[in-house]
Amino acid sequence: MYDVTVIGCGVIGAGIAYELSHYALSVAVVEKENDVACGTTKANSAIVHAGYDPEPGTKMARLNVEGSNMMEGLCKKLNVFYKKAGSLVIAFDNSDMDILKELLERGKQNGVKDLRILTKKQTLEIEPGLSHEIVGSLYAPTAAIIDPWGLCIAMAQSAVLNGAKLFLNSTVGEITDEGGFYRIKAGNNVIETKYIVNAAGTFADKINNMVAKPFFRILPVKGEYYILDKSEGSLVSHTIFQAPGKFGKGVLISPTVHGNLIVGPTADAAEGPEDTSVTAQGLEKVMKTALRSDTHVNFRESIRNFAGVRATADTRSDFIIDASPDAPRFVNAAAIKSPGLSSSPAIAKEVRSILESIGLVCEEKDFFTDYRRETLFKLMTAEEKEKALKSNPLYGRVICRCETITEGDIRSVLNGPIPPVSIDGVKRRCNAGMGRCQGGFCGPRVHEILSRERKVPMEEIVQDRADSYLLTGETKMGRMENEKL
Amino acid sequence: MKNYDVVVIGAGPAGLAAACEAYQNGARKILVVERDKEPGGILNQCIHNGFGLHYFKEELTGPEYAGRFEDMLKKTDAELMLDTMVLQISNDRQVTMMNPRQGCFTVQAGAVVLAMGCRERTRGAIGIPGTRPSGILTAGAAQRYINVEGYMVGKRVLILGSGDIGLIMARRLTLEGAKVLACVELMPYCNGLNRNIVQCLNDYNIPLYLSHTITEIKGKRRVEGATVSEVDKNRKPIPGTEKYFDCDTILLSVGLIPENELSRNAGIKIDPRTKGPVVYENMETSIPGVFASGNVLHVHDLVDFVTAESQHAGAAAAEYCKQKTEGKAGSEPCIKMVCGSDIGYTVPQYIRPERIDKSVDVFFRVRRNFSTSSLDVTSGGQKLISYPRGHMAPGEMEHITLPKQLLNKAAGGEITISAKEVQK
Repeated sequence: MYDVTVIGCGVIGAGIAYELSHYALSVAVVEKENDVACGTTKANSAIVHAGYDPEPGTKMARLNVEGSNMMEGLCKKLNVFYKKAGSLVIAFDNSDMDILKELLERGKQNGVKDLRILTKKQTLEIEPGLSHEIVGSLYAPTAAIIDPWGLCIAMAQSAVLNGAKLFLNSTVGEITDEGGFYRIKAGNNVIETKYIVNAAGTFADKINNMVAKPFFRILPVKGEYYILDKSEGSLVSHTIFQAPGKFGKGVLISPTVHGNLIVGPTADAAEGPEDTSVTAQGLEKVMKTALRSDTHVNFRESIRNFAGVRATADTRSDFIIDASPDAPRFVNAAAIKSPGLSSSPAIAKEVRSILESIGLVCEEKDFFTDYRRETLFKLMTAEEKEKALKSNPLYGRVICRCETITEGDIRSVLNGPIPPVSIDGVKRRCNAGMGRCQGGFCGPRVHEILSRERKVPMEEIVQDRADSYLLTGETKMGRMENEKL
Repeated sequence: MKNYDVVVIGAGPAGLAAACEAYQNGARKILVVERDKEPGGILNQCIHNGFGLHYFKEELTGPEYAGRFEDMLKKTDAELMLDTMVLQISNDRQVTMMNPRQGCFTVQAGAVVLAMGCRERTRGAIGIPGTRPSGILTAGAAQRYINVEGYMVGKRVLILGSGDIGLIMARRLTLEGAKVLACVELMPYCNGLNRNIVQCLNDYNIPLYLSHTITEIKGKRRVEGATVSEVDKNRKPIPGTEKYFDCDTILLSVGLIPENELSRNAGIKIDPRTKGPVVYENMETSIPGVFASGNVLHVHDLVDFVTAESQHAGAAAAEYCKQKTEGKAGSEPCIKMVCGSDIGYTVPQYIRPERIDKSVDVFFRVRRNFSTSSLDVTSGGQKLISYPRGHMAPGEMEHITLPKQLLNKAAGGEITISAKEVQK
């Protein structure tokens, strides 16, 4: 019997599990995919919003600012890429400037620090590449860029290291109230638990409806993006937004913590909770809108397009973070769209205190060990490199040439508390395959290392999620001949 | 720090030929650095024949062709360092590299030959709409899985792009029992060699759709199908022309990009047209003593030409070490090669006539298909010479040989090459 079961292991579920694993509780985490961070967490703008967007007085406003304040320390503790790059909302005319003033006012009410309006000249001084059509901007120095899946993986791994039990490949099929506890059928597992936290992202309505009265529906909104090569990564040094207006929050241009440039997103109704397809129209829209902010965005250096879905709810614009009014010991952490990533550490604390308010006893553990993300060889100091090479000479073998990721780096993440089972799982943990050739060279080599280290046949290794198989069997000559060579 | 006369980066066909030729020209301390565990580069996975027709006057497979140069290299004193990745080249030719045996270290080179080859363009570079399932891979990655690892990558295959590797893989996959449904090319012409269209597509009844592209990929986890549409003159899909292909695999053969991250970081000037270094007649880059040849310089169709170009670079690197060619840098007369009508690029981009013995070969590609045509060489508006040509296509590299006396006639330091149609 678990004290708490968290359904969903994106950045929200992982954050909650991480928070709860600091306490003397037995915690289970149920995830339908073969890895954590497989949904919205891996497909978003990868930024920490300062907190001037949400309506003052909402949960979203409070948790965004709290989360943003906590993020730097958390990332330092977990060795997650984070950089306080700051953000600019640029205005093209006076009505845009009015919007910026509104945002400034909201930001002040929400408690965002150091927020201020810049003139055109001041804006172009700190961001000289921007369009000269702008008339001013709203500068938020506390906004940041982050590795979103890195944060999720680090929190999930820390939770597991401190006793949480992670069930992967476990789609929740049924939840029954057994009077005093719940029984969850998830994949091949039956999990008994006193409390449930619903952090199921774009499936959160379905999970809620298994135990409680339906009161919201997730209407997923899709956002399409471009990732540009590292050669374009320093085009801007802040996250650049356009004044929100008829186009919604609009298309941003931002450096990423990995050194690339991210451009997007669109905001169109998705065809389902997992509709992450990109469209010609969507990509064109991103391109056109972004070029208005900065005419130098070089889309010919695109290395990847992707789309993510946000878990927008139909009935309300705020996050749904509450104990269920009708199902006992059941807490929703639902409708977590943007700024969900930014709010995630604060949401985790909020959920813990809600659980306490409905009877969960949380006693802090004497010992807690954070699982710090492995430092990549290329980012080590000269002394660290020397030490790493001595302890494992495989740090000397570069596997991913675009990102200079070594076999030592890959082996190291394969030994983590939640070892990756797919090529993209390796990528999310150590960046192999994230570069300009998109795994063209290193894909087959990572494939081989995964197969060898996990002692799983090559044919069973997947690209990403379950059934994303790569090979359909051996060639006519098979491998025997090859091995003789 | 260890000193070498010549350090060659890459032991594919370019690096092997450059190293051998540097040795023939008197360089003795030669280091060839290769990131793979064996030399040969991409030839190791090119198990089809057709290599060496020009150079050896016989048809060899890729590994055989590479093998001949590996044998030649063994007969020299050149040192071949495998499983070693070059991380950095400084502008005074210090080369920093790393491997599991020695860790990270730096050597001083008298001259450097860049022979890193090229990489394939990917889906992200061309932005194909649809989902992102597994089963979409570059033709080269598929070739490695099949020919080196011994695994099949799919059963029903659609090929996007008509580069040579894609065409070769259409045949290879068919021979391995897969069904290759079609080869789809955005441009109105094929990007591969004519012989590959005949031998790899026509012989196996694989249709080639010119002026077509994939407009949607379907499949949640693995590719389940793809929609192909015809495109108009501006390469925009034409509504109503959609064809659906029930496939589990999509191979991309949509172009090759010279791998010049090391060159860029070293500050070497890159030609935006070739995406390779700008070079002089002896394959010397903008950094004195650093040479480049093979696919790192510009993408070739035939390995034989890679070999010839690399021998040229290797010989020049050896000469450079002997200090024979230094001293006049910057002050020498220099002719700029200009791309006239329908010429995509030239290699070399600059020619120093004083360094030419008899003649210089200039390589280039035309931008469109020609039937009966001519190549005109002009300078300052004056026609210097005209070369008659028959069929020319972007997929087939062209070259002309410019005699030294012609270079002396170059006015204003420029020579322009243009292609034009000739009425029969």
